[in-house]
Amino acid sequence: MIKHLLSINQLSDRDILRILDTAESFREVGTRVIKKVPALRGRTVVNLFFENSTRTRISFELAAKRLSADVINFSTSGSSVSKGESLKDTALTLQAMGADAIVIRHASSGAPHTLSRWVSASVLNAGDGTHEHPTQALLDLFTIREHIPSFEGLRIAIVGDVRHSRVARSLTFAMRIMGGEVTLVGPPTLIPPEAAGWGAEVSHDLDAVLPKLDVCYMLRVQRERQRQQYFPSVREYSRLFGLTRSRVRGLPEHALIMHPGPMNRGVEIASDVADLPRAVISDQVTNGIAVRMSLLYLVLGGGRASSSEEDSERSEPEVA
Amino acid sequence: MPERTIFRGIRLVDPASCHDGLTDVLVEDEGVSAVGDAVVAPAGTEVVDAGGLVMAPGLVDLHAHLREPGFEHKETVETGSRAAAAGGYTAICAMPNTEPVTDNLAVIAEVRNLADKAGLCDVHPAGAITRNLEGSSLTDIGEMAQAGVRLFTDDHRCVQSSRVMRLALEYAKAFDVVIAQHAQDDGLTEGWQMHEGYYSALLGLTGAPAEAEEVIVARDVALARLTGGRLHITHVSAAGTVDLMQQARERGLRVSSDVTPHHLTLCDQDLVHYDTNLRVNPPLRSEEHRDALRKGLVGGTLDAIATDHAPHALEDKEQEFDQAPPGTTGLETALAVILTELVEPGLLDLLRAIELLSSRPARILRLEEQGGPILPGRAANLTVFDPDAEWTVGERPFASMAVNSAFGGRRLKGRVLHTMLRGRFTVRDGEPVW
Repeated sequence: MIKHLLSINQLSDRDILRILDTAESFREVGTRVIKKVPALRGRTVVNLFFENSTRTRISFELAAKRLSADVINFSTSGSSVSKGESLKDTALTLQAMGADAIVIRHASSGAPHTLSRWVSASVLNAGDGTHEHPTQALLDLFTIREHIPSFEGLRIAIVGDVRHSRVARSLTFAMRIMGGEVTLVGPPTLIPPEAAGWGAEVSHDLDAVLPKLDVCYMLRVQRERQRQQYFPSVREYSRLFGLTRSRVRGLPEHALIMHPGPMNRGVEIASDVADLPRAVISDQVTNGIAVRMSLLYLVLGGGRASSSEEDSERSEPEVA
Repeated sequence: MPERTIFRGIRLVDPASCHDGLTDVLVEDEGVSAVGDAVVAPAGTEVVDAGGLVMAPGLVDLHAHLREPGFEHKETVETGSRAAAAGGYTAICAMPNTEPVTDNLAVIAEVRNLADKAGLCDVHPAGAITRNLEGSSLTDIGEMAQAGVRLFTDDHRCVQSSRVMRLALEYAKAFDVVIAQHAQDDGLTEGWQMHEGYYSALLGLTGAPAEAEEVIVARDVALARLTGGRLHITHVSAAGTVDLMQQARERGLRVSSDVTPHHLTLCDQDLVHYDTNLRVNPPLRSEEHRDALRKGLVGGTLDAIATDHAPHALEDKEQEFDQAPPGTTGLETALAVILTELVEPGLLDLLRAIELLSSRPARILRLEEQGGPILPGRAANLTVFDPDAEWTVGERPFASMAVNSAFGGRRLKGRVLHTMLRGRFTVRDGEPVW
């Protein structure tokens, strides 16, 4: 299995299925009264968050704790980073303290790549700038698979600020690897023309795309983009690209509605649409824990160091 | 007793005299005293057996950052001069983005003084076009020009105001100096990290489109027409710029341009590992642009190869990609990169390569003593290299203080063995003389 998870593009379809299948076997742990297995006992996982992201950090923290790993949360405010420590020195410090895995969230695209050159620990990208957010894409795939058994030919639209979205990149790459058909929808200013090179269709007409979809995936639109004039007004954006109740009627019965959160209710998604049964947004959050357990387990080699009686070659997790 | 050195049977490649052939070259004191077959050397002349070696006029760089005054933790005039000598250069033009900015005679004098003290390379400080590189009011161009400054630029900043650029081109005409532009429209490049294209979209890095360069070049060519001033576009990176320069040339405008070894050989897809040493300004562009630059160079549209030597401290570059300042060193690799990537595959012949690296830039800067011809009575500003010697970039310590080379780890062909500044070795047998 892989040593680092930096980009979805480093994974094959078999890798992705293995991650999802492993997550499947971990999901049950979260339903127990005692939500813990000893798979990563004695291993140290550091959550290194240079950007605030309570949701992703908590999800990784719970994932690591349910695997019995020791978890250190290192956020930048109030730490040595706010005193001007460089990423390199932070990395070397964590290395010296014996971190086995480092989960990094950073505002700079490529920061996980850079970090992985400096440490021997496994590096997991928890979102880097406008580059990628691979664990989000994997939990999205996991959530889709709960409702639609095969990705082959599955039709998904990713709607919104594709240009600045790490979620859109990772999800597009992941769906393409799995044989899905991706349409990127948004105003031309928010979709790089080169996205055609990702094997995705591009559309600027949401209503025309809706009827053929299996999944309608809404991206968060930051108001900052309006100030930068990528679109003239929030009002116009919502009218053209917001998922309203009336637009939902254009979707096939079985189609899922997804959103990586946090949502701007009333901007890219109407509040009542977000609360529909087919909007599986809470499931995405729940599944995030199992998928991240799976990833931590797989990159750390299945807890080899923690338990000598375990077969180190075994790929399926010990969940009994 | 005068110091004499004779290079026996050397391949002299001298574009200024259109010479490419085996000959003997005798250097006495500061100058070349004889060139020809079977030159008779007086007793006591040191003989350099130069079989298989090439002698060329010392290389001339239109664009180097020496960082002093102000950023001596990155490079100094002395270490930059060492890097130049090690790379075969005998004259370089130092960029004015120092601290304080080289926008007045006092700083010009300081840089010259430091360069004289180092004594390894002629350093010609460029003056800023505008005070403090702010793009609004012209510096005392006349005073600096009368003191010998040949080139003015706000490099790494582009003069945005059409009015200021027009006035600079117009005013500078009185002094026969060149106005060099780093062509980059601010509005199209805000927050840029790399070339805008497939790879910027893939890597999630903010792109600067090639058109950001083209729109400024188009404007400046129009202003060169309006004013009759001498315009130089430095480190051309976009295919469209090549076309614009060609059109300007055809219309008889006084324009010139240079291109860097890294823009001629690397491209945006090399950034997939977020290597900060490949973060340069202007950014490495796509293969199509790179190929257009090569064509423009081979076809004679682009005039010179300049290094844009931009040294940075290790801690500057060992950062997140968007935090790391742009720039690569270049003085110590330029010749070998051009030999390996353009001459060896047959794109350029050696005479043309030397013209682009030495004679043409010397002519743009109006440096009488530089760029050849290598003839009796001329100053001995020379470089001698082994075109077949292979080496790996970084295997030997750099003479520059900085190690941020975009070519680190590359295997290159062509190694400088001797550099001579006015008859004195600055590099001898591949070893520094300092």
